Parts: sequence; structure tokens; C-alpha cells
Amino acid sequence: MYKYDDHDRAILADRRRQFRDQVTRRLAGRLSEDEFKPLRLMNGLYLQLHAYMLRIAVPYGLLSSDQLRKLAHVARTYDKGYGHFTTRQNLQFNWPALDKVPDILDELAEVEMHSVQTSGNCIRNITADPFAGVAADEIEDPRPYAEILRQYSTFHPEFSYLPRKFKFAITGAVQDRAAVQFHDIGLRLIRGADNEIGFEVLAGGGMGRTPMIGKLIRPWLEKRHLLSYVEAIMRVYNQFGRRDNMFKARIKILVHELGVAEFRRRVEEEWAHIRDSGLLLDEAEIARMKGFFTAPDYEEITGADAGFSQKKQADKAFAKWAARNVTAHKMPGYAIVTLSLKAPGVPPGDVTAEQMEHIAELADRYSFGELRSTFKQNLVLTDVREADLYDLWRALRRHDLATPNIETLNDIICCPGLDFCALANARSIPVSLALTEHFENYDYLYDLGELRLNISGCINACGHHHTAHIGILGVDKKGEEFYQITLGGAPGNDAAIGAIIGPAFAASEVVGAVDDILQVYLEGREEGERFIDTYRRLGADPFRERVYANN
Amino acid sequence: MQIIKDRRIVEDHWRRIDMDQPAGTGDIIVPLTRWQAEREALIARTGQVGVLMAPDQPPELIADDLAHLALVAYEFPSFKDGRPYSHARLLRERHGYSGEIRAVGDVLRDQIFYMARCGFTAFEPRADRDIKDALAALGDFSQTYQPAADQPLPLYRRRH
Repeated sequence: MYKYDDHDRAILADRRRQFRDQVTRRLAGRLSEDEFKPLRLMNGLYLQLHAYMLRIAVPYGLLSSDQLRKLAHVARTYDKGYGHFTTRQNLQFNWPALDKVPDILDELAEVEMHSVQTSGNCIRNITADPFAGVAADEIEDPRPYAEILRQYSTFHPEFSYLPRKFKFAITGAVQDRAAVQFHDIGLRLIRGADNEIGFEVLAGGGMGRTPMIGKLIRPWLEKRHLLSYVEAIMRVYNQFGRRDNMFKARIKILVHELGVAEFRRRVEEEWAHIRDSGLLLDEAEIARMKGFFTAPDYEEITGADAGFSQKKQADKAFAKWAARNVTAHKMPGYAIVTLSLKAPGVPPGDVTAEQMEHIAELADRYSFGELRSTFKQNLVLTDVREADLYDLWRALRRHDLATPNIETLNDIICCPGLDFCALANARSIPVSLALTEHFENYDYLYDLGELRLNISGCINACGHHHTAHIGILGVDKKGEEFYQITLGGAPGNDAAIGAIIGPAFAASEVVGAVDDILQVYLEGREEGERFIDTYRRLGADPFRERVYANN
Repeated sequence: MQIIKDRRIVEDHWRRIDMDQPAGTGDIIVPLTRWQAEREALIARTGQVGVLMAPDQPPELIADDLAHLALVAYEFPSFKDGRPYSHARLLRERHGYSGEIRAVGDVLRDQIFYMARCGFTAFEPRADRDIKDALAALGDFSQTYQPAADQPLPLYRRRH
């Protein structure tokens, strides 16, 4: 992974000094809350319903075991003993005291971590394919470019007071595991003419109250122009993005209102001025960055591990877990393991300090000391020998991290909702807990197959409900919590925005409504057909009729 | 009034006038619309002229006039309005403007470092704030990653 040099350390030290001073001025009353707010937000510090919340950046979801141990230490020392992984691959602490936040940041700096630009109207943490570097379907590892973009966007003097927040996602694989079509800028490494690899550039995607799928702005961009092209997009957005209405301020609205052709024209015109400026990426820099993301020291293993298939035959529970939580690796004899943070009874994405320490230990023992966070709020050990899977599974099980539910109905993406969040209209965690409790029969869950159910506690859509096969959105109706259901969304290559099926449900009716929807699927599906494909074939009507007939 | 100019606290000698005030003598800053309406007369008078721009007035509007303008001021109606950062960079990097670019309005110490990187050389910090704090903030960061008006090369090209 990327290692800081003296320059990176100096910049981060300057930032900590600056922020400590801002906190001191706030505590002394020399900064009003109004003035402090954008400053603290730029450092990931929110004021929530009950306390401050501190969001720590996990650049492109890559963590070392030492970083995770440090997060465990912070959770235990400064918080209530747990943390929460977010849909931007970051980690949030829900209960830090304001006057201790500068100390937390000093601690995190020891392991090259920070909370820079995890909020605010700036370029946020850049997310990437959590299987980067190990996926069998990868064209090129996106992490060197994610790091190049991270450095480019860190404390960018021109783009720190944008009309609104700005999110990048990048993938280098055929299968999109980073939801690039739902980002302000989505980047895909693709193979062009002469086998050269370059970027496809999307812009104007996003969720929130106006969900939109990103538009293709440039079908082919040479790697060396990555930063200049991005700067051109950012400059057009900074100058022309709406600032009169914060709900219309994201770049998706600008792209939509100008139209793709006019937006592209402005970007290209701007780009013509700067494409050969100091932003031109040289080969040496790309090579230097690639040097930080080299393959670990894999053993040479020929053929599949015999013990792995024997263990699966002998131990049904292991086989179930392996079927759901283990993914093919590009190296023979290795596997990608997803650790479920969706155990029954636990808010999705929450991890205790003890679990963090155990995971760090397991990463050291089985996966070269590194791990990934995913936007689906799970963790991944990317480089596990098949021969170690059984031992790893047993260790994970002891710590409640082996729930075999990845990409099932119970692998719910869920925002913190009204239990924590000052923006929320409704609670989302209790709904997710009620659903996982109701659908606790794993044979039934597996029979339902691949299914994405996401929950947001308000229209800001942090829980990605728009991109769920079954989406649940909390709304406020005269002071009461209600839930709208959407169907047909998808985050990946087949990106789609879910459509509302009808009037909202009371909290007590949600599980029943989901049950009805699943029944329609089970009755109507063809052999081997996924929920989303049945929905696309049948349309919303049969689902709608059943749900409202029974409610 | 004291302002920050070229990294020093100095007494400001520029006089800001609106649409109707007589231009008088000495150095004056006029709104863009007045500059556009009275361009020739303003050039003909003695004393330097600067122009005051709003965030929605891009530098292209004065691109052909820059030789006559000793100062361009950009108004920050709120520090959250980030458009003038782009405008200042374009003035410096695209239009080659070398006169004073001044930040006026909601100018606070916490943004001054970024403003300076984008090409602002003068600052009128908000009246209720200590100008010395603002001056100190120009040194908030010792290093920077990306090119801007102050530095044409990214950090990686300057790494040892």
C-alpha cells in the first residue's frame, strides 16, 4: 500500500496543527458554530443528534492491520468501543468529545491515517473496487490512480469550496464493484485500440433526492491526461454548478441542465487550455505509484487445494460460508474472503474494538497484513490461501464475523438513520434488524439467491436505497416514521434506479411487505433467475398488486 | 484601513467607489458595470483603476482590459462561495495578469492559504477579525500537492 514520505507527513502535520487551532478557537468562542461548521466538516467532524461524529478516511478502502489496531485503540480510548464502516469505505466513530478530536488525529497520524475531506463541499475520499489487484476480471489495478487522485485532491486550493460535495469512484475490472455510474466522476480503466489501457470518464451520476446514472463524458482518455481532464471537469463545475439551492448543487444537476453535449463541450474547451500543463502525468510517476501496489509474495500453488473441497464436503456450515463469502482469486490456490459485518442483531457495518483486533491478527496471519472495506459495509481479506480457509473460517466464527450472507437479502446496506443522524427522517437500523431477524432461515435466504436490499433513513440516500433490488426509504409523515419501498435498482454494470411501488408503509408493515414481494418473485421466477431479472421481466405490477392487496 | 498585501500588513490607499460617487483623484476601485460604462474616461483620468468583480463575473469579461487595470478585486459574499478561486487562477495562469488580485468580503483566515495559492495577493480580512491571525494563516501549510497559480508543478515532480 502507499507509504508516506516526509512531504506527506509534513502536509498532514500542518493540517493537524491547523485543525487543533480551529478547535481551540471554537472552544474559546472565537469561532461561531456557523463558521466552525464548514471547517470541522472538511475534517470529517459532524455534530449529530447526540454527539460529535468523526469520520476517518480509508483511502480507496485499503487498510493495514496496524491501522486497524489503531482504530481499535481509538474506539476503546476515545469512543464507546466500536466503529462503523460507511458506504464510502470509511470508518465513523459516533461518540468522540470535541476537545479530544485533535488527540485522536495525532494518534491516527502515527499510522498515516486522517479524516481529511471526509465531509464538506470538497473532493471526498476516493472509492475503488475492493477487489482491486486480486480480481480475476481485472484489466488493471486502479489503486495507483486512486492514490494519484487522492494526492491531487488533498487540500486542493481551488476546489475546497465547491457548490456541493464531490465523489469519485474508480474501477479497473470488467464487473463494476465500485458503483462508478453513481458518482460525480466515475472512472473505468478500459482497453482501447492497440491494447493500450486508458480511462473511460463518466460524470453526473449520484443518488440523493435526484438519483441519476452517470453520463459518458469521454469514452477514451489517455492515462497521462487523467489529472488535467479531471481538473477541467472540476473547474467547469466550480464555475457553473448551482449555488442558489443546495438540493440542486451537485454536478449531476449541472450535467442534466446543460445537457451532456454542452457540458462536454465546456469541459473539452477548458481541457484544451490545460492538457499539457504541469498536470500531465509522467510515466515515472505512474510507475512510482504502481510500485506501492505490487502483488504480495504469493506462494506458487498449482491447482485447487484438495483439502478445501474435502472440508466443504465434510462440514456443511463451512461449505455454506465458502459458497457465499469466498470469491475466486486471480492466483491459483488463493481466495478472496469477505468478512460479513451483517451478523444478526448487529447494526450493518458496526465492528467492535475486539473484532478489529482479531481481524488485524487474522489479516497478519492469513492475508499479508492488509484488508479492504467495501461500500457494501463489509471487510475483505484479499489474499488467503485456499488451504487456510477452514482455519480462517473457524477463527472468524468465534468472533461473529463469518455470517454466511454476502450478497443475500441479509447483506443489507444501511445508513445510521435517526438513531444517530441529524439529517434522518426515520430510523433505519431497527428496520434492518427486524428484516434480518425475520429472514433468519438460511435455506430460504439462499433459495432467494443474489438479492440487494438497502435502507436509507432519509432522502439523502446514504443507505443507497436507489440502487437496491429492494430499496427502503424512511420518510416522515406528520411526525411518524414511514417507509417507501422501491424496486429494480442496481449499482453495478446493470446500473438502474429503483422505482417507488406505491404509498409508504408503517414500520410494523415493512417486513410483511418485503415478504409479499419475495413471494411474487418465488412464484414467478424462471429456473435460476435472480430477483432483479424476474422483476425486470415481470415489471412492477404483480409486486404492487400483492403488496397493497395484503396491506 | 489595514489590509494584507504581498504577505505584509499595510495601510490601504485604494478608495472603493460605487456607481454614482465621483471618481475624484487617486487610485480607485469601481464595480465592473461602471468600468464597462466609463472605460475610456476612467483610463484617461490620473490615478490607477481597479475593478470589483462578483463571483458570477468571470475574468473573460475583463480579459481585454487587463493592461489598464492595476487591481482586480473579487468579492466573496460568503466564504462558502468558491467561484473566485477559479477566477483568480484563470486571471494568473490563462490571462497572464500580474497586477494585484484582492479578496474582499467574507475573507477569513481559514481560507486565506487557498486564496493565496490561487493567485490572490491582497486580502481585506473581515473587520471583526484580527488581521495578524490572517497573516499567519498564509503559512498554514509548508508543502502542497498540486499545481496552482503559485506553483506550476505538482509535488511529485519536486520530490527528491
